[in-house]
Amino acid sequence: MRYDVVVVGAGPAGSSAAREAALKGTKVLLLEKRQEIGSPVRCAEGVGKAGLEKCEIKPDPKWIACEMKGAKLHSPNDAVVELSESLAGNEVGYVLERKIFDRELAAMAAEAGAEITVKSMVTGLIKKDGKIKGIRVLSNGEEIGIETDLVIAADGVESKVARWAGIDTSLKLKDMESCAQYLMAGVECEPDYTHFYIGSCYSPGGYVWVFPKGGTKANVGIGVLGSRIPKGSPGFAKRLLDQFIEKHSHYAKGKRLELIGGGVPVTSPLERSVADNLMVVGDAARHTDPATGGGIINGIRGGRLAGKVGAEAVEEQNFSQVFLSKYERAWKEAFGDSLERSLLVKDVLINLDDPSFDGIADSLAGYGFEELGLLGIIDALQEKHPELLEVFESI
Amino acid sequence: MRRTRVEVDKKKCVWCGGCVATCPFDALTLRETVLEVDERCTGCGICVRFCPMGALGEEA
Repeated sequence: MRYDVVVVGAGPAGSSAAREAALKGTKVLLLEKRQEIGSPVRCAEGVGKAGLEKCEIKPDPKWIACEMKGAKLHSPNDAVVELSESLAGNEVGYVLERKIFDRELAAMAAEAGAEITVKSMVTGLIKKDGKIKGIRVLSNGEEIGIETDLVIAADGVESKVARWAGIDTSLKLKDMESCAQYLMAGVECEPDYTHFYIGSCYSPGGYVWVFPKGGTKANVGIGVLGSRIPKGSPGFAKRLLDQFIEKHSHYAKGKRLELIGGGVPVTSPLERSVADNLMVVGDAARHTDPATGGGIINGIRGGRLAGKVGAEAVEEQNFSQVFLSKYERAWKEAFGDSLERSLLVKDVLINLDDPSFDGIADSLAGYGFEELGLLGIIDALQEKHPELLEVFESI
Repeated sequence: MRRTRVEVDKKKCVWCGGCVATCPFDALTLRETVLEVDERCTGCGICVRFCPMGALGEEA
């Protein structure tokens, strides 16, 4: 069996890459190791409206659970800061149904002409004289070899493909959030506000989120910075989340419909996202935003760019690292700066103590919903807590 | 020297794959609903600390 391009992993990045390459007429195979695309979800399911537009994806009620009006940030002493839609909507404007969304993206790849197989796990690369010539796949229990000149690694945070090609994708504890989330029903929360609980009393080096999913349902989850997890405390993230829920009666009355876990890279993107015959996309390339942990939009954007460059490589029959670096330049131009900025923001946030978060919230609490833009925030800080402004000067 | 390998508690693992990324020795592999630990595991305990579910432990 031979394909022009093989994409490993049918998450948003992989499906987008497969679709884009197939649209250009290349013969594409998209492999998913699970029996079901889109499940289990490993995501809080929030996306920005502007982000979706950049992906040229039209919002579809089929996969939108909820549209958000704004965000509420809770400080350690539970002062609440409202962010207007224009500010918050960039981060979370919609809460998705990822199970449906992911399938829709895969279906779009199929409609473009990509071949798709599930329950097919890549077990290794086939190399000849050091060059990637194909991949080995365990498909429904049968070991098969697939020839290809180009592999797109969209195999997520647990990426193996890039490691096999000599790119170290392992992450240090300080560069990763340890996450747990319940989908709950019967919780009391405003249907059109996301909630973020920020401060080490909620989560050391991370935050707790509550994202409404329609009716009384919500994703209630936590991310804890790996290096802030005390030694000898197994299951720290889930335990903190359980404690949070217990302490908040409007959430505690909810019932847990689903429990998921996850690891989210919160560091710089891979220094080298291409090699001969290989491109790395999505979480595998650490294209998640280090400040928010969001990865869907960059995954799709990077995936599309890789798919386009992949099709060009097939046309030119040039699969060298030099040729494929066109993809690397393209994603850097598209969202490299924003990843860098977010990394700076993250570094400031994880080093703020709880009294500082309270101070910030206190400065902003009196302001109205509409008037609070970025400049408004700075003015408000200047007035009430000028010492906190210094913290942000580094950004 | 006794080497302790990491053990997976299948009753707690939710197959999120986060631990796989933290392993400096590439000793962890997430199959569909099976997390495997191979002979490259040195028992360093990084994944044990990371696991959000408390599904990883050092072998006695």
